[in-house]
Amino acid sequence: MKFTAEHEWLRAEGDDVVVVGITAHAATQLGDVVFVELPEVETMVAAGDEAVVIESVKAASDILAPVDGEIIAVNTKLVDNPGLVNEDPLQAWFFKIRVDDLVVLDEFMDEDEYADLIG
Amino acid sequence: MPPAIKEGVLQDDLLKLGLDALHRDWGGRMVPFAGYDMPVQYTEGVLKEHLATRSGAGLFDVSHMGQVILRPKTSMTELCLGFEALVPADVLDLKPLRQRYGLFTDAMGGILDDLMFGNRGDHLFVVVNAACKAQDIAHMKAHLSAVAEVLPVTDRALLALQGPGSEAILQALAPGAAAMRFMDVGYLDWQGVELWVSRSGYTGEDGYEISLPQARAEAFARALVAAGAQPVGLGARDSLRLEAGLCLYGHDIDRTTSPIAANLSWAIPKARRRGGEREGGFPGAEAILHEMAQGPDRLRVGLRPEGRAPMREGTELYHGSDLIGRITSGGFGPSVGAPVAMGYVPVGLSTPGTRIEAELRGKRLPVTVAPLPFHPTTYKR
Repeated sequence: MKFTAEHEWLRAEGDDVVVVGITAHAATQLGDVVFVELPEVETMVAAGDEAVVIESVKAASDILAPVDGEIIAVNTKLVDNPGLVNEDPLQAWFFKIRVDDLVVLDEFMDEDEYADLIG
Repeated sequence: MPPAIKEGVLQDDLLKLGLDALHRDWGGRMVPFAGYDMPVQYTEGVLKEHLATRSGAGLFDVSHMGQVILRPKTSMTELCLGFEALVPADVLDLKPLRQRYGLFTDAMGGILDDLMFGNRGDHLFVVVNAACKAQDIAHMKAHLSAVAEVLPVTDRALLALQGPGSEAILQALAPGAAAMRFMDVGYLDWQGVELWVSRSGYTGEDGYEISLPQARAEAFARALVAAGAQPVGLGARDSLRLEAGLCLYGHDIDRTTSPIAANLSWAIPKARRRGGEREGGFPGAEAILHEMAQGPDRLRVGLRPEGRAPMREGTELYHGSDLIGRITSGGFGPSVGAPVAMGYVPVGLSTPGTRIEAELRGKRLPVTVAPLPFHPTTYKR
């Protein structure tokens, strides 16, 4: 598993798919999540595009697409039950992106590097 | 990503609450609020703290608020009449050991602050908002010097115990609590400590606000929690008061909102209205009483977004293509189970059931004007 500086976790699936969620640290900092708006499936996104709107009891924030690619699946369970994000952040994936090559994951932090980031 | 992560802005000049160490001990996440380092939530989180208050009892540290004693220089009558010159309320007929909600108004008819004031027999006891307290104290000193000594109370903590479980918890520690009714004030004893108690709060629930010497506040707070109260932070305090339809100063009301537009006409009693025994005589009376007679152009209302997305302060409200107002408070209502908000709309669109729209992230979404409160209040009248 890889991690972004924006507190997302990235998991490779198959040969060309990246699964995206937020870290336990991010979920704790956000507080109770009460609303999730997911992107449309089959949307093409570029790294840095706003992909998900997430609202906690405190504030609205965005989850950005970490890499270029096509959104091929979204976790609609989170729309009905946003609290899953707090209950189990590593299981509560938001979307899956098909990429050209999984080598794009190499630039992101590994678990130790991310642990150092959040201190 | 989440703005929350940037929350820990270092502010060396933040004031610390007397119970700062206790909040940290309880896992409080501290954020700057009204110049104080305050717990926004504890380990349970905002949703659970909110629901624990509605079903049991929540303990809030509101020591940042201003506690002020007004001691009469000549007589209570002179003091009450002097205070009436600042607040459009009936102070003269307020019975001993009773309290009321009031507003400091300005010469233009805007709201300088909202407050609670109690008659404690030989003086008045006033509680004002933290962000306004310096200004409020200066205002009272400037206008009441002939009739009162204005004495800020700085050595006492102020705790709020709110929710249906509050009565049993406080009664067990301080007998006499159960006999009080909504908006009663009084003095109770806990282990030889004099508690200044009012049966009131700002959550829509039955409960108490308790002032006590700072030196004993930690032991008392721990005793309340040991008896079953859940520590609750600012996050749930905000969602509780929003569901109760109560105004937050600086957001729902300020100097640009009149008491009439703010739908707080109920706080101006008959005696101070046109034709009343002591009509007017407060700052902005002419404008406020004129607006009361004519009817306001706009009104604070409850708003229910039809989707799941919370709509927060500043969100623009539309009727057709017309921008008609803005949301002044909004978020997710944990007891309602849906987003709730308050805002100002033209009077013609203020009837509950009226459908308008709000612009959220570039999209127009339906919103329905709703009666307040969103969650029924449970005051022990």
